[in-house]
Amino acid sequence: MSIADKILDQKPNAPVRTSITQRFFQRKAGVTAFTIFILVVLMALLAPWISPHDPNFVQLANTKAPPSAEHWLGGDSAGRDILSRIIWGARTTLFGAAITIITALAVGVTTGVMAGFFGGLVDRVFSWLSDATQAIPGMIILLVVAAGTRSNFPILMATVGVFMAPGYFRITRSATLAIVNEPYIDAAKVAGLTAPRIIARHVLPGIYAPIIIQTALAAGISMGIQAGLQFLGVGSANTPSWGAMMNEGFRFMLTNPTLLLWPSAALGITIAALATIGSTLAEVVRVRTPVVSETEGEDDKDWDPAQGTGAFAHDKNEAIVRLKNLRVFYQNGDEQKTVVNGISFDVKPGEVLGIVGESGSGKSQTIFSLLNLLPKGGKYVADQIEIAGKNVNEMTGKDRAKILGSQLGYIPQEPMSNLDPTFTIGHQLTEPLRLVFGQSKAEATAKAKALLARVGINDVDRVMKSYPHQISGGMAQRVLIAGAIAGQPSVLLADEPTTALDVTVQAEVLELLRELQQEFGMALILVTHNFGVVADICDRVVVMREGAVVEMGEVEQIFAQPKAQYTQDLIDASLDGTLSRKDLDASETSNVHILKTAGGGQK
Amino acid sequence: MTKFIAKRLLAGLILLAAVCMGTFFLAHLAISDPTVALLGSSATPEQQAVLAKELGLDRPLLVQFQAWLSSAITGDLGTSWRNQQPVWDQIVLRVPVTLSVVSFAILISAFVGVVCGLIAGLNPGSTFDKGVKIATVLLFALPGFWISLMLVIWFAVRLRWFPSFGYVSPAVSFGGWIRSITLPAVALALGAIVMIAEQLRNQVIAVSQQDFVRTLRSRGLSNFRVNLHILRNASPAALTVIAVLFASLLSGAIVVEAIFSLPGLGQLTQSAAQIGDIPVLLGITMVSVVFVVIIYVVLDIALGWINPKVRLK
Repeated sequence: MSIADKILDQKPNAPVRTSITQRFFQRKAGVTAFTIFILVVLMALLAPWISPHDPNFVQLANTKAPPSAEHWLGGDSAGRDILSRIIWGARTTLFGAAITIITALAVGVTTGVMAGFFGGLVDRVFSWLSDATQAIPGMIILLVVAAGTRSNFPILMATVGVFMAPGYFRITRSATLAIVNEPYIDAAKVAGLTAPRIIARHVLPGIYAPIIIQTALAAGISMGIQAGLQFLGVGSANTPSWGAMMNEGFRFMLTNPTLLLWPSAALGITIAALATIGSTLAEVVRVRTPVVSETEGEDDKDWDPAQGTGAFAHDKNEAIVRLKNLRVFYQNGDEQKTVVNGISFDVKPGEVLGIVGESGSGKSQTIFSLLNLLPKGGKYVADQIEIAGKNVNEMTGKDRAKILGSQLGYIPQEPMSNLDPTFTIGHQLTEPLRLVFGQSKAEATAKAKALLARVGINDVDRVMKSYPHQISGGMAQRVLIAGAIAGQPSVLLADEPTTALDVTVQAEVLELLRELQQEFGMALILVTHNFGVVADICDRVVVMREGAVVEMGEVEQIFAQPKAQYTQDLIDASLDGTLSRKDLDASETSNVHILKTAGGGQK
Repeated sequence: MTKFIAKRLLAGLILLAAVCMGTFFLAHLAISDPTVALLGSSATPEQQAVLAKELGLDRPLLVQFQAWLSSAITGDLGTSWRNQQPVWDQIVLRVPVTLSVVSFAILISAFVGVVCGLIAGLNPGSTFDKGVKIATVLLFALPGFWISLMLVIWFAVRLRWFPSFGYVSPAVSFGGWIRSITLPAVALALGAIVMIAEQLRNQVIAVSQQDFVRTLRSRGLSNFRVNLHILRNASPAALTVIAVLFASLLSGAIVVEAIFSLPGLGQLTQSAAQIGDIPVLLGITMVSVVFVVIIYVVLDIALGWINPKVRLK
């Protein structure tokens, strides 16, 4: 259930179909499990022909007999051939599982599609019924049904199916819901397509993978339940079944352990095969799971320093951050993708450096590399990283983590997703103060309040007690800024700090950043795609594209005479609708002044 | 918060009523003539008719249900058809047994499942993670009753660490009580452990990739502190599994009680089902659903405490 639920988010679409099958069979576990399962199915189907004896034929001489040429697995306590009973038992097991699955599919998928498609009352009633079914201890009902129907096997297995329907219901319902809300479904409705056709064309192809996974797991569970019922004595004595054989095996387990071994092995192997099919398929479909590569960080020994871009602008002892030839890679399976290809830059205290570029230019990856907080699968190599006079490039992970907060402060892009939703703002601000900087609870609280007041929050006490979802985006960004400066870092790294905010708030936040930067004499490295922001706050700028530095220099100089066409394009794009090219060209000299006004709303 | 709990309790009551109604009609539908089972096949039709009249089975089904419901509301669950004992008394006698085993199983599975899921989720692809995955497939493949019997054979019969059957009340001997419920609880818990671990593992992986985790690290917090944040954010999924498992553990308890000869609700269910003792079956269903409802309400409160956003919805 849980695996299948997870996959739902992925919404595998039709074109992936062949490749999912291919990828499934590329995996050893998948192929093995599938082969075993097919063998069990063949054994069940061909039972009348391949079974060496009549499974119910009693031969007294064969009672508890050891394996022999005639009886390969020996005889059971009544003198019946064990191998034949195992083969026929497979038939019973698969037949029962098939009834369960068909019932569960019929009930679960139908109600799930209806609930998702029609919504409203239908949805509520079916969802409630599904939840209710899960709340009932199904075994009680099964025993009642067993007693009432004199252990009618098909009816019992169908009842098991009803209890398994909620799993299918949930998968189908949420998949249907996701698709029904797509605009193209409205279009299809308007175009006169009927509900069954829309469901068949658009809904069912999207859920086949989770359904197959769910089916593999449900079939396994149902076989376990079936054996359990047979073990409890539910079921016909004349039909050979693995559960009944196990019951017998347990009775003679101390004297004849093989009586227990064979049916247990048959059941265990069959269910394990199904479970492996299910989980392999789940892994194949779940593309987003991080593939943690064993060969993470393949060093690029053949990297040529001549490919490097960017340069240092300050003396060695003047700079607070020096980054030389940074390369960032992502390992995905066997593929290695380079996202930053050897860039260099430096910053001195009190300086504001802008890193500008479009999405995918590698600017955020540069920030994460400085923090040593690249996402999983990512790795960087640099010829030199110096922060506050220390060569952090050669530090171990633990020492490296120690400069976080105290030397490097980080301000993220999206304020809401960067606060832990389960803790109060006050807790999130005081926790590092207490644990990293060793302050007492009272000291930390006072400091946090002072920080909040400093970043321009008025009702400090309320915000301290609030959870992230209770405050606005602009306020959340102020909270994050307060968190970043709490340790009075010498370098502030801001990753698109205003992009997710309202236009009016953007200007205020930029203004605040500039004030704080000047007040504490910090270096500020500011990542942005907006040249307006650059004009407003930066001293120098690095323009990045596709993991390389396109050009870098003083802001005035870049605006006045961009060397690269790409820089010019970015400048134009950032100012689109604000000032026309002509306005800018008209006043060569006062260019920057106008830009500053346009970009940041500075007074 | 009070309003929230009241709402959940009301929903639970509706569920309870619906399940009782469903079980009532299903039982009467499945066991079409209970007198046959009660008197045996040698009884004459006259004897059957007398018993049917005595038990009120000659009345229309709806009237019978109404009668059952009106007395059930006052707390009177009727008397067993087999031995004329009040149903309530029989259940009260057996609830502590089943509840001991199931609660102990929940405790074990929650603790071990959370530890395994957390370690596996924080180190995806590690040896430990792979080990948990293999254990999941193995425990999934071997039915609960099989595992129970293996436990009996090894730890009770061979090693003699625990008794192989029977129940000791904690009032008699606390150590004896723990010993008597350990094996059944472990048998029940094994399957639950891997389900909880798997759910938590996936959730921990998902939470670890969220933005706020990077920001927490950027503040200089230790791995341990950051992991606490991850655990808190990932725990709702695991808690939900634990609550959902509760109903299935009650089911599993029926089989486990049979194996360990524990005089719990499961044994009562089995014997009542065999002779079609509908009042007892209804009583057990009711009590089980009440437990499930309580667990769900506790779950909702816990989820609200963990994630304050839920409280507002």
